[in-house]
Amino acid sequence: MTSETAVLDALGRVRDPELDEPITDLGFVSEVQVGEGSVRVRLRLPTYFCAPNFAFLMVADAKAAVEEVPGAGRAEILLEDHHDAERINLGVAEGRGFVGTYPGEATTELDGLRLVFRRKAFVARQERLTRTLRNAGWTIERLAAMRLGELPDSPEARTYLERRAELGLDVGQEAFLLVDPAGVRIPAERAAEALRFAQTVRVSIEGNASFCRGMLATRYDLPIAVRGE
Amino acid sequence: MYEKDGEKYFVVDGHMHFWDASPANQKNANGAGFISCFYDYHANLSPPEYVWPKEKYEKYTEQDLMHDLFEIGYVDVGIFQPTYLTDFYVNGFNTTEQDAVLKEKYPDKFVLNGSWDPRDEQKGLDAFEALVERYKLPGVKLYTAEWKGDSRGWKLTDPWAERYLAKCEELGVKNIHVHKGPTIWPLDRDAFDLADIDPAASNFPNLNFIVEHVGLPRLEDMCWIGTQEPNVLGGLAVAMPFIYSRPKYFAKIVGELLYWLGEDRLLFASDYALWQPKWLVEMFVDFQIIGDDASELPQLTPDNKRKILGLNAARLYNLEVPAEVPQPVSA
Repeated sequence: MTSETAVLDALGRVRDPELDEPITDLGFVSEVQVGEGSVRVRLRLPTYFCAPNFAFLMVADAKAAVEEVPGAGRAEILLEDHHDAERINLGVAEGRGFVGTYPGEATTELDGLRLVFRRKAFVARQERLTRTLRNAGWTIERLAAMRLGELPDSPEARTYLERRAELGLDVGQEAFLLVDPAGVRIPAERAAEALRFAQTVRVSIEGNASFCRGMLATRYDLPIAVRGE
Repeated sequence: MYEKDGEKYFVVDGHMHFWDASPANQKNANGAGFISCFYDYHANLSPPEYVWPKEKYEKYTEQDLMHDLFEIGYVDVGIFQPTYLTDFYVNGFNTTEQDAVLKEKYPDKFVLNGSWDPRDEQKGLDAFEALVERYKLPGVKLYTAEWKGDSRGWKLTDPWAERYLAKCEELGVKNIHVHKGPTIWPLDRDAFDLADIDPAASNFPNLNFIVEHVGLPRLEDMCWIGTQEPNVLGGLAVAMPFIYSRPKYFAKIVGELLYWLGEDRLLFASDYALWQPKWLVEMFVDFQIIGDDASELPQLTPDNKRKILGLNAARLYNLEVPAEVPQPVSA
């Protein structure tokens, strides 16, 4: 048998692929029950019609994360109050994969979808990091010449490096800081333009996360976050 | 018409509904779930004094609509954007025929748009042509996430969709409002992705593609496509109410849109009865871009607010603007 804390820690490493935040921080985990040889987790989402593909990823990722916890045993993940909850829960429980869960409706597993959003998250994290550096006085020209070995430590830098490594990009000391999601260096003359568009990506992801939090709070009558974001 | 500080604003509500989601009209659990989801949007983002009881929200009256838009809401013209959802509602959620009753009763107050679904193939194409003939439709609202039998969506680049777009061009149905949803075929793709709008806009340069909800939750796609395609515009339904609940976020969205698309390609909308135009118009006219990124973003002025609130829609739909409203030269 494991502990609720260990299970929550594991769930804290599962992110909403679209919002790039842990499902625990977003309030999607509504209950964890630790039993003898099994763990039951209840998940809820901001709307009845949240996209089924993202919902599937979170349920499947939650199951995998919990089952890696020593002593957890079998994980039962129950998505609730969602139009496709029954189908997703069953598909994940039986390990059918996405195509097996949606025969005729899906042509591939969700690796491609996940990659699209990891790339967007990376772009947004890079912009957030460079914004903090620019506020600290670094010019775009200097950032374009910066290598990871020179990157000052900060929470933004750590998260950025984690996302960068997840994409399989070079995180060595000699690697350049500013790269596109394929790992290609962004030259100084293109840096301002690239960071300007990255700002839009960041605004979009942050805004969606804030909106989803608000919808979840309304739906489940949770204490609402302070207005004025 | 709205007037504040000596400035006059002609107001076109670019996206509004007259729906029936009452239990009697709900076909199944999805019909109930759909309106509950809408109600949470309404309750989450409206000032408390504008939140309706659920029962009224499910089915409101002609009097409610006329009062909220035209008597107190400053709206000069409202554009009906039908949303059929016939898999969820017995008589549909809000069809062209239902909207037409009000259009015929108050011809100067409304623009009546229609709709089509490429999965209806030739039969639907003929029906659409008859609908245009009957109502002289100047535009359509398309919902690519609409469920139909086993299908949970479609793309603008599907072969039948291209035939419908060609028909729009032939019939002079120039304004194509596109609404993305949470599903698409195949289901493993990002359903909110706006990628199909790009080739559609390139292939049909004489049509205007108004991306509803400014592409949210894919603002970044909206901005990117907007820079590539001059005939792509953004409809602000759903983005507008953030002005009250999340003003800094609203400032960022509008700032990004002004930066990438510019002030001539954005249309105000309440999405009534999701939200009410009265408070949206009042707050928008008072609004200034604020927050961390404000100094890097374009600013809102009476002139660009006037374009967004009504003049841009008037240009697309050939609406007559009263002479007392200043009409700035396009940027």
